[in-house]
Amino acid sequence: MHPMTPVPYRVRSRRPDRADTVTLALEPLSGPCPGFLPGQFTMIYARGVGEIPMSISGRGRTGTLVHTIRAVGAVSRALCRKRPGDLVGVRGPYGTAWDVPGAAGLDVVVVAGGLGLAPLRTVVRELIAHRSRFGRISVIAGTRTPMTLLYPRELARWRDAHDIDVQVTVDHPDPAWKGPVGLVTRLIDRIVFEPRRTASFVCGPEAMMRAVADDLLRRGVRPERVVLSLERNMKCGVGRCGHCQLGPLLLCLDGPVLGYDRAAGLLAVKEL
Amino acid sequence: MGIKRDISHTVWSVRGNAVMDVVTRSLEPLIAALRAAGYTVVGPTVKDRAIRLTEISSAAELPDGTGDVQEPGNYRLTERDDGMVFGYAASPDSAKRFTQPPRQTLIRSRGQVIEEVEPEAPRIALLGLRACDLAAIAVQDRVFLGGRHPDPAYRRRREALFLIAVNCAVPGGTCFCVSMGTGPKATAGFDLALTELAAPHRFLIETGSERGARIVAAIPHQAATGDDVAAADEVSRTAAGRMGRTVDTEGVQEWLPAAHDHPRWDDVASRCLACTNCTMACPTCFCSTVEDVTDLSGDVAERSERWDSCFTLDFSEVGGSPVRGSQRGRYRQWLTHKFATWYDQFGTSGCVGCGRCITWCPTGIDVTEELSAIRYGTEGPSCIR
Repeated sequence: MHPMTPVPYRVRSRRPDRADTVTLALEPLSGPCPGFLPGQFTMIYARGVGEIPMSISGRGRTGTLVHTIRAVGAVSRALCRKRPGDLVGVRGPYGTAWDVPGAAGLDVVVVAGGLGLAPLRTVVRELIAHRSRFGRISVIAGTRTPMTLLYPRELARWRDAHDIDVQVTVDHPDPAWKGPVGLVTRLIDRIVFEPRRTASFVCGPEAMMRAVADDLLRRGVRPERVVLSLERNMKCGVGRCGHCQLGPLLLCLDGPVLGYDRAAGLLAVKEL
Repeated sequence: MGIKRDISHTVWSVRGNAVMDVVTRSLEPLIAALRAAGYTVVGPTVKDRAIRLTEISSAAELPDGTGDVQEPGNYRLTERDDGMVFGYAASPDSAKRFTQPPRQTLIRSRGQVIEEVEPEAPRIALLGLRACDLAAIAVQDRVFLGGRHPDPAYRRRREALFLIAVNCAVPGGTCFCVSMGTGPKATAGFDLALTELAAPHRFLIETGSERGARIVAAIPHQAATGDDVAAADEVSRTAAGRMGRTVDTEGVQEWLPAAHDHPRWDDVASRCLACTNCTMACPTCFCSTVEDVTDLSGDVAERSERWDSCFTLDFSEVGGSPVRGSQRGRYRQWLTHKFATWYDQFGTSGCVGCGRCITWCPTGIDVTEELSAIRYGTEGPSCIR
């Protein structure tokens, strides 16, 4: 099969998460869903509109591929309008993954900005599946307003049932908000971890990830253990369209998940 | 990244071993034999006041007595009085549009079906490719076949191409294949390779594949003499000494990416129009984008892939905003990718030294001059004019 040919999937279920975001559970018209690793992405095709890279945010109860999608462009808007039974095309999963087993024996710090929580959910679910293998686990989530927080019930469950320190901060509080306000970096002060024995998984806007990574490094976390997920537009996902280059890297193949030991120098160059 | 040359099995033997070189006086029987073998023969002709690769049915259509002048931002045809058939350098056409069509339909979707559109893979004999063109095909092989996601449509197109190289006798003013180690003599990757010889006018033919040998067997020829072979070697040796330009790429993989703050990027950006000509003319530039269309009913959708260029503003985006908002950033991306980071991605340089980007740049930006200025400054060693 040609690497650019999508496999037909149907929308199994659709759950609105907030005003502009929905979570779709997808299953192939025939055969089982492919396996994936935390941090990998698929190329999702909305017929007649286009195709975009989309992080996988979970596996559904019936083995479905779960994507949380925010309506920001033509393709993501078309995908957000899909209803159960509708057809979409899926290629992948593609790309590098967060090495969750490699964090065994370490404290784990998960830092999400906005929709970055969607791919990191797969990390947290794997941490929970093997909870005893890890030390202290902290999840820091930043969001624009209390209303835009993703997966609020799941976050509460992580905190209450799985011994995870969950911290949420918002940019713009509403009158009912009693939690922290401001950047996610400010919450790093509030969590407990042993920097030299810590693995960190970070996903969010690039500026936020750099600020978080620099902060973690200053505290003594090793650069290769601060692992980001980088974003670029992609037309192919398989290393042939050239759009996702970051210096020597093709982020569809060499990323999106990348250690800060390699990413720091590249992200520091303007317009690379 | 596991890179291997998937096409190398088509190379049967190299010159000087099992296969004898032969000599022929006319290309007419060669073209006829290729057509009889089911190939559409595409070769150099004069069209649009340039040498263009077009379908030919006779050697009479080849541009006898035509030469060219190539300089930064300048291409024009000239007349030659020696009757040479291949007395010009790289033309604006390369093999790229035959290996990677400028536009190709990928899929068609209707109802619950997404179907692959069967790619066309016409049997074409490309006559008149230069060593730089063959090197460019080898680079594209790595891009489309060498990685984890090989492209079966590219493979079919590629295998349907019969490649006839012509060793350059008259390099152009913008050529630098010697610096890139790709020419002027074709050493691999061809089915047949011709060297045009004078007094008497004849062609030495080297055979590079089994199917090439079958074509040679079907045409009148005589075994090459030692004099023929020596004359052909002299053609390539003379051509190597007449390169229009040179470039020092020693260590370029390190020093070019490290020079991302060099003031020369601002200088070249002030001359670059971001017109994308260099990327369109380049025989290795492979970047593409996709387009989606539906029929009027909206029931049937198609997606196609077409050539794209890193000089366009929306080529790279993050969060919906351009990554390289300035021409400085876009030119730096192109040049650095072509000469340096291509190695990281595909294990080879992206440049084959054909000079097309220099000739076809409307403002005459010369990559060899830019590289020299970045490495040595404008006072240092420069390109040969």
